[in-house]
Amino acid sequence: MGSLVPADTGSSQEAGFFASRLDALVNWGRKNSLWPMPLGLSCCGIELMAMIGPKFDIARFGAEAARFSPRQCDLLIVAGTLTWKMAEATRTIYDQMPDPKWVIAMGVCSSSGGMYDSYSVVQGVDMILPVDVYVPGCPPRPDAVIDALIKLQRKIERESPTRRLAEMSSKPLEAGTNTFNMAPNDAIKTHRIGTFLEGDEGDDA
Amino acid sequence: MNGLERLQAAGAPASLIEQPSRDNAACVRVAAADVYGTLQTLRDACGFGTVTFITAIDRSPAEDRFEIAWQLRSVEHVDRIRVTTRVGGDAPSVRSATDLWPGSAYMERECYDMFGIHFEGHVGLKRLLMPEGYDHFPLRKEFPHQGIEPDRLYREWERTRS
Ligand code: SF4
Repeated sequence: MGSLVPADTGSSQEAGFFASRLDALVNWGRKNSLWPMPLGLSCCGIELMAMIGPKFDIARFGAEAARFSPRQCDLLIVAGTLTWKMAEATRTIYDQMPDPKWVIAMGVCSSSGGMYDSYSVVQGVDMILPVDVYVPGCPPRPDAVIDALIKLQRKIERESPTRRLAEMSSKPLEAGTNTFNMAPNDAIKTHRIGTFLEGDEGDDA
Repeated sequence: MNGLERLQAAGAPASLIEQPSRDNAACVRVAAADVYGTLQTLRDACGFGTVTFITAIDRSPAEDRFEIAWQLRSVEHVDRIRVTTRVGGDAPSVRSATDLWPGSAYMERECYDMFGIHFEGHVGLKRLLMPEGYDHFPLRKEFPHQGIEPDRLYREWERTRS
């Protein structure tokens, strides 16, 4: 924590010394002040509360300022079973969070649907939003989520905000569009839809 | 007098058939057209002041595949009665009991959501547990366990957003 050594992004030479120093400074600030949006959807939410509380104390990693307004957050922690009924609200929360933003899928339910392989449950939040870190476990221990947080901090260290800014300002911004373009995992979706539409339950596969 | 005897004393419909039950609650089946009248008699003349549940059972491939059940509770007489009826067809429907017991609104909505049974006269009969715009009824027997085209709705939201 606290090092201002520039990250090796591969583009530091063309971006210049100053830009890489700026990247390091901005990344250092971002990674040590993640403001989580706690989206406790079911049982995993209890572990999330334990993680924020004094015993596990994510204030040690600068991420204790949980806000219940997506406008003030940059880390969405999806903790629990996401149903299709809740999916649209979750996506709205994600869209309302200002850039830059990161997502942790906490628990097997939000990572893959978990044991609820059912019509009402989204089979992994990555069907509706991009996920940075997946945490296995049912529920994962708070230590596991803290580990995910540290991994996310490592990931943020390698980002290049100056290059991203240059890319974004070179493209004209259309009104009403999200600047973040997600690439949904079409292969998985097509497989699932194809399976059901053709009446093939996958038994003979 | 148990619930069934009180109903017969107050005037039961001709279509009433007594059904076996495994607890000691009375259980009757009536024709779909007589359900509302029966429920009204039970409420007004037999002391059944509350409805415990309204649900349905898919008995396909039987002719009238949906068995709809109302369970009523009498606090005054400390007993219960179950009224069932059978409906079928592509758009099964039955008269809503929301003007007898306003509390049945949510149960009828759930029944609509899961089985696609229309309760005529229900104001605001819409999806309860499944998202708005979902085309299927999950508790019907032909519905696959893992769901149908789960992300179509998501693609629609994406379209309306951009
Ligand atoms: S992963 Fe386990 S603990 Fe977490 S929400 Fe799902 S069922 Fe609950």
